Amino acid sequence: MFHWLEKRPFFFSVGVFLVIAFAGLIEIVPDFAQASRPVAGTKPYTLLQIAGRQTYIKDSCNACHSQLIRPFKSETDRYGPYSLSGEYAYDRPFLWGSKRTGPDLHRVGEYRTTDWHENHMWEPTSVVPGSIMPAYKHMFHQNVDLETAYAEALTDKIVFNVPYDQPGMPKLGNSKEDFPAAQKMALEEAKKIAAEMKNQDVKDAVARGEIPEIVALIAYLNSLH
Amino acid sequence: MQNAALEYDYTVSKWFTYLAIIFGIVGMSIGVFIAFELAFPELNNLFGQYGTFSRLRPIHTNVVAFGFTLSGIFGTFYYVSQRVLKVSIAESKFVHGVGKLHFWLYLLLAAWLVVSELLGYTTSKEYAEMEWPLDLLTVVVWVLWGMAMFGLIGMRREKTLYISMWYYIATFLGVAMLYLFNNMEVPTYLVTGMGDWMKSVSMYSGTNDALVQWWYGHNAVAFVFTVPIIAIIYYYLPKESGQPVFSYKLSLLSFWGLMFVYLWAGGHHLIYSTVPDWMQTMGSIFSVILILPSWGSAINMLLTMKGEWNQLKESPLIKFMVLASTFYMLSTLEGPIQAIKSVNALAHFTDWIPGHVHDGTLGWVAFMIIASALHMAPRYYKREIYSRKLMEMQFWIQTTGIVLYFSSMWIAGITQGMMWRAVDQYGNLAYSFIDTVTVLHPYYTIRAIGGTLFVIGLFLWAYNFVKTMQSEKVLEKEPAFASPMGA
Repeated sequence: MFHWLEKRPFFFSVGVFLVIAFAGLIEIVPDFAQASRPVAGTKPYTLLQIAGRQTYIKDSCNACHSQLIRPFKSETDRYGPYSLSGEYAYDRPFLWGSKRTGPDLHRVGEYRTTDWHENHMWEPTSVVPGSIMPAYKHMFHQNVDLETAYAEALTDKIVFNVPYDQPGMPKLGNSKEDFPAAQKMALEEAKKIAAEMKNQDVKDAVARGEIPEIVALIAYLNSLH
Repeated sequence: MQNAALEYDYTVSKWFTYLAIIFGIVGMSIGVFIAFELAFPELNNLFGQYGTFSRLRPIHTNVVAFGFTLSGIFGTFYYVSQRVLKVSIAESKFVHGVGKLHFWLYLLLAAWLVVSELLGYTTSKEYAEMEWPLDLLTVVVWVLWGMAMFGLIGMRREKTLYISMWYYIATFLGVAMLYLFNNMEVPTYLVTGMGDWMKSVSMYSGTNDALVQWWYGHNAVAFVFTVPIIAIIYYYLPKESGQPVFSYKLSLLSFWGLMFVYLWAGGHHLIYSTVPDWMQTMGSIFSVILILPSWGSAINMLLTMKGEWNQLKESPLIKFMVLASTFYMLSTLEGPIQAIKSVNALAHFTDWIPGHVHDGTLGWVAFMIIASALHMAPRYYKREIYSRKLMEMQFWIQTTGIVLYFSSMWIAGITQGMMWRAVDQYGNLAYSFIDTVTVLHPYYTIRAIGGTLFVIGLFLWAYNFVKTMQSEKVLEKEPAFASPMGA
């Protein structure tokens, strides 16, 4: 049979394809509906948080930080309750990471504050002596692209039925025309964070109606519970 | 039928080999730089936001995996396929054109990738960081490769496909399937008419996204770092040593076994995560079973040298290839060990994982690409290889580099994993996280030095290659087996 296949590239290729496709079919198909159900209390990200998440992704924070607490005592002692599948229901993409050069961040919102993040992102060693994390000063004077964040949230709502604008869920709107209202809400949220920060440039920028990356990033990090 | 020897056309093969040399140096130099950043964090600030570890790390992995390795694979493909199929690519203007277009679009894609990732465009999914327009271009590039492959196969004079061709075909099909499914994403501009046109959201969320990503991620390793490299060794080692492949049956078993088993193993990246337990166990078990087909190929290669081990002393090219199959055995034993649940609990998220990746990629993948390029050089240019001594030197410098790299990362990984879980006499965690970082400084330094040695070796490789091109001594006919080399 193998000799026969080796003279017939078409059937050979079909054979190879069937053999490699098999595992994916068995493993991926059955779980799909199951795993995507949110656990109670899980909410979609607000517009500002999405913008912060885009900043997190833009600078590949996930290259060094995981967001997955494994069910071991040593991990739950350090980072809080272990992660549940449904908590990630609105994470597109998932950000579990594969390497902890720095600590896990899945529940960082539980134990770090806006003030701590501000100092840490400006100069990591000022709060964690010995830290090898780079400083991310550019996030203090570079603004987020809120339109792109809105496009992402709206896509989540339209294509994936993420429950924005439902009772108890964040508000978003239904189309491009609703962007100014959403932008206003994001700015209100940003103002609350800027009020807890001390960097004057950031405060001024928010007062002018801009949203520096650092503000959105902190909003996102604070949302991780 | 003519009886004259076929004149093969190596144009496209050469172009890809040049690219492999360039991308190897660029990608691994970035790797060395970010390795030094971990040891000396001040370096992160050298180039503002464009020089941080986090921004550069995906560029390192992409340039090395999809720049250096794929170029090396394509370079060998356009060489090996003509020879084992007994057909010259120049016999069909169309197929030759497809090959050339394949090269140029691939180069365009690589440049776009580097620029876009420097600017912060990434989907965040490891080894699938490219945003949707680049994904589409990737599909075009891949289809062109497939057209060239099946075009050559359609024109072939030798009816039976040689083992290397099995593996190239599997690479083409495997990557196509994995890539398409993992990169399913919805461009947000097309849905909403606003925002950055390059951005997209993943079709899957949370745990599902993780599942698809690591089904892809692990098998990108399979179908870029393993399958095509086996294609390479099955051609170049027998050819350079003049020895027939040890066992046809063993190659059959290894090929079909690898195809079936590999795809199951992705789950081992998700052990103790929120994906269902049975999948984690399947990932573990199939990873262990994977030793069989992996070692099957490696042993088949080593036994091909049976009775000819003296060549190991005489030829640095044989040295590279024999050590490559040995490293392949090492990393295909190490991987399954790390996939065992209790070991994974310790090793996951630590530096042992990059350590494992690098003994495979440096020791196996890079060594095979280096050896194949040097085997092809005398055939490309009808000149003998410039210097055996230089090759010997490169071999030892790089081997030392690899040993420094993986041994320091093994120690670092296990140290950190043990410290994360250590408790004092009251059962409280014994170390804060930062303690487990500062302790790694010496190992990070050693790793960076190991990497530097490897890159120095690449420069020797490039120099040797270029000098071979320019050499005065012209060979009268193509060498049948062992590549001729100067002192």
